[in-house]
Order: sequence, then structure tokens, then C-alpha cells
Amino acid sequence: MTQDYELMLKAYTDAGGKPDIFKETNIAHLVVHKNKVIGKNLVKGLVLEPKETPKGVDIYLKVEKKIENPVHLCFGILPKEGIQEINIKAKIENNSGIKLLAHCVFPNAIKVVHKMDADIEIGDNSYYEYNEFHFHGEDGGVEVVPKARIKIGKNSHLVTNFSLVNGRVGVFDLDYETEVLDNSTLDMSAKIYGYGKDKIKIREAGLLKGSNSRGVIKSRVAVKDDAISEIINEITAAGEESRGHVDCVEIIQGNASAKAVPIVNVLNETAKVTHEAAIGSVDKKQIETLMARGLEQKQAIDLIVSKMLR
Amino acid sequence: MKILKIENVTLKLGERQVLNNLSLTVEGGTIHSILGPNAAGKSSLSYLIMGSSGYTPNTGKIYFLDKDITNLSISERARLGITLAWQEPARFEGLNVKDYISVGMKEKNDFLIKSVLHKVLLEPRDYLNRLVDKTLSGGERKRIELASVFAMRPKLAILDEPDSGIDILALDNIVEMIKELNQQGTTVLLITHREEVAEIANYTSLICSGFIVKEGTPQEVGRYFKEKCIPCPSKNFPDQKDEITKGEK
Repeated sequence: MTQDYELMLKAYTDAGGKPDIFKETNIAHLVVHKNKVIGKNLVKGLVLEPKETPKGVDIYLKVEKKIENPVHLCFGILPKEGIQEINIKAKIENNSGIKLLAHCVFPNAIKVVHKMDADIEIGDNSYYEYNEFHFHGEDGGVEVVPKARIKIGKNSHLVTNFSLVNGRVGVFDLDYETEVLDNSTLDMSAKIYGYGKDKIKIREAGLLKGSNSRGVIKSRVAVKDDAISEIINEITAAGEESRGHVDCVEIIQGNASAKAVPIVNVLNETAKVTHEAAIGSVDKKQIETLMARGLEQKQAIDLIVSKMLR
Repeated sequence: MKILKIENVTLKLGERQVLNNLSLTVEGGTIHSILGPNAAGKSSLSYLIMGSSGYTPNTGKIYFLDKDITNLSISERARLGITLAWQEPARFEGLNVKDYISVGMKEKNDFLIKSVLHKVLLEPRDYLNRLVDKTLSGGERKRIELASVFAMRPKLAILDEPDSGIDILALDNIVEMIKELNQQGTTVLLITHREEVAEIANYTSLICSGFIVKEGTPQEVGRYFKEKCIPCPSKNFPDQKDEITKGEK
């Protein structure tokens, strides 16, 4: 076991991960530190081919069946400075499925850039679930730029959950675009807590192209101090009887500022898209309810925000 | 023992005089109901006792167990043993029933949480992990609010219209819960606009136009409420206070 691998496992454990899963032979995993692949395990039906590049790793992922256990990915940079560019090409074949749990750890970052660029194709009667959890240090010296273009075949499901609620965000610029075919569903969710001088920008877009396609895009963001956030949630319903919903809640405290841009386009008379967006301070009645049970105002706000982002 | 004493309190919200030189005494260990029509000032009185922001009295004092609490924060009042169950309880995204109930408990324990859920007739295995959000019905949310009051074991519980939004079949359950809360040692200030609910109290105060119009046994006050208040054409107009109070207090 290399020293980098041990340190990555430690960072992963500190971030709440369970390192024992990397010893399980029936659970696939991939561990990447900077541009080095330092751990990998495969299971039947999964092709996972990482190729190291000067600034990161190119990953080819092919899923040929429904993979029983979640596949664990761990990306990170342990030194204070560094760059990591992860390029993913993924193909989920027909009648196949995968659930990915990705932990991204940058505990010491002062000047770190983490970029992810993904092209993902999901076949018919298939599913792809991608959960990404970030664990950053307290210096805010991280720039995270995830981009993805995802095509969902017929009768298939896409779920993405992005969470960045531990440590300073730094600069965050997420852009996911999806296209949904007949009878398929899209469920995208992002939860982020920014403070200090953090800058958050999220754009999640779904094109409901197929008939009876469904899409939900949900964002939960809390910002305080001088942090700023801009959330663009976009659903275009073009398919017959397609349905979409956009739901954005942003809580601001201190000098922070927040902007929400829900974009709903309906291109078919049988389609329907709804949206709700709320930006503001923590609800007074919620705070006073918890204070009436004995919490101080700050404790009440912290509890409300942390539960919303959970 | 007087647990709560309100002396000559006035409260103005914007241009509106909501509480009008109101005085009230609540005996410890009792259920004391505050009866009154809609917009009489009942909920404002409950927020004022709890210390909600914007409900600091313009004049007058509030004493809890002889301590002046007029300028204390909500948290400070809660730590002295006062709590409030809102008429329309707040909903929380991501907060489950178990965590919500445990907020007010001095010592957290699962047994007590399950037991208070049983008291409000909710099956713990179905509710402990439910979120206290919009997925709960109004009735379920009210019961969970009562459960959290039970779990806190306050000295004084202000229940603001615990019967509102509750169907007639469940009303008896709610009434029994309030009695049980009182039997566990909590003084209950029961805010209601239904005289049949006010009747479970040891003592009743009738509020109209932001002041106490009549006090006495629930039966006496209930009779007065039926005969005088329900047909009264001048509901909640402070400028007609003299007409309302003429010879009745």
C-alpha cells in the first residue's frame, strides 16, 4: 500500500467514509489521487478503464448488467496545491444499471482545482445513480467545476445527488445538462452550504424530449457571511404528456446574497412544468418554535439549516 | 401559587390596539382556558407570554413564578419552563419527528419519545422517522406538536387552539391529552374559541377586543359567551369597549 493511498483512505475516513469497503472483493472501487490511480477493484459486468493524463485521469466506464453493490469512487488532492481533471465517458447498456458513490476530498486545499467533465449515455430499461459528496478544508482554496452531459434512453432513470456541506466551498461552478426519452425519469438534487467568500453557481437543465418523460430538479443552498450563490434550474418539456418540476430554496444570512433563476419551457400542449423558488432568511416561526423548546436563536438556525441540507 | 401574572398589558401592532390594559392571573397546576371570538387577541396574548418578536408589550408587566419575564427572550422563558404550541405549527424540511421531539427534552431518551407519541395516538414505528414537513397532515402535525410539549415537561404550556383543524371525532382525544398533560404537572393555558373545549378548564377568562371581559368557572363564562358574545354585533372593536363591558365584569 502506497503512502498516498493510506493518506487518501485517512482523508476519506475523516470525511465520514467507510474504508472497509475498499477491501471487499465484491464491491468495485476506484481511488484517484491527483493524476494517479492508486486503487481499483472491478466486479463482473463493469468495465472501468482509467488512463492517467498529465493533469488528471480519463475514465472509460461501461456497465453491461445491473451491478448489485454501489460502486465507490474516491477523488482527491491532499497537498495544498494541485490540479485534477477527471474526464469520464460512460455507457450504461440496455437493461443495465449502476449506483455510484463518489467522495471528493480536498482537506488541505489552498490552491486546488478539481474539474470533472462527463459524457454519459444511459440505454433503455436502465438506471444510473450518481451521488457525489465533497469534503473540503476550511481555507476555501478549492475551485470545483463539474460538467456533465447525460442522455437517458427509454424507460430508464437518472438520479444525481450532489452534496457540498462540509468545509468551505471555495469557487463552485456546476453545469449538468440532460436529455430524457420516452417514459424515463430524471431526478437531480444539489445541496450546498457556502460561507466566507464562497462563490456558488449551479446550472442544472433537463430536456424532457420523450413522451411521458418526467423530471424534477431540486436545489437547497444556504449562504452566510459574504458568500454568493446563483442557481439556474431549467426544464424544457417537449415530449407528449411530459411533466417537470423545479424546486429551489436558498437561505441567506449575514451579508450573503442569493439569486434563483427557474426556467421552464413548455413546447408541447399536453406537457406541464411547475416551479417553486424561495429565497430569504430562515423562517421566523421555525426559529421561534425551536426557541420555545429551549434552543438559543443561533442553535435553532444551525439546526434548521443543517437539516435542510442533510 | 400564582404561576403567571400579567399586569395591565397593552400591545399595539402597527396602528391596531391588540391587547388593551389586560390583566390575568393563572394558578399553578390548573387548566386555565382563554375563550374568545376570532381576532379577540387570544393568539397575540399567547405570543406575548412566550416572548415572540414583535410582541413585546407597550406597557405592563409579565411575571412567571414571581419573576419579571417581560424583557426575556423566548429561549430564556423556555428554560424557565414556559412553552407554546402554535395554532399552525411550523414545518421543517429534513427534520424528523424523533429529532423534533427531542429538541425540548432535558435528557434525550428513545423510550420517552415513543411514550409521548403513544400519548398522542401516533404509532412510533410509523412516525419516528417521518419528516416534520408538508407530508404530514394538519392533524398529524398538531399531535406531534403536543407530543413535543409532553416531552419537554414544561411548567406552563400555552396551547393555542389545539382543537383547530381537528375533526370532531378526534376532539375527544385532544381533550384527554390536554388533561393528561395537566395531570403530569404542567399548568395549561388553553386558548380556544369553542366553549365546549374551554369547559375542560378549572377556570376560564373571556377575552374580547384585547381585554378580559369576564372570568369565572367555564360554565359561567360559557353561558355568557353564548348569550352575549355570539350574538354581539360589535365583535372586537376596541372603540366600543365601553358598550361591551357595561356592567358585566
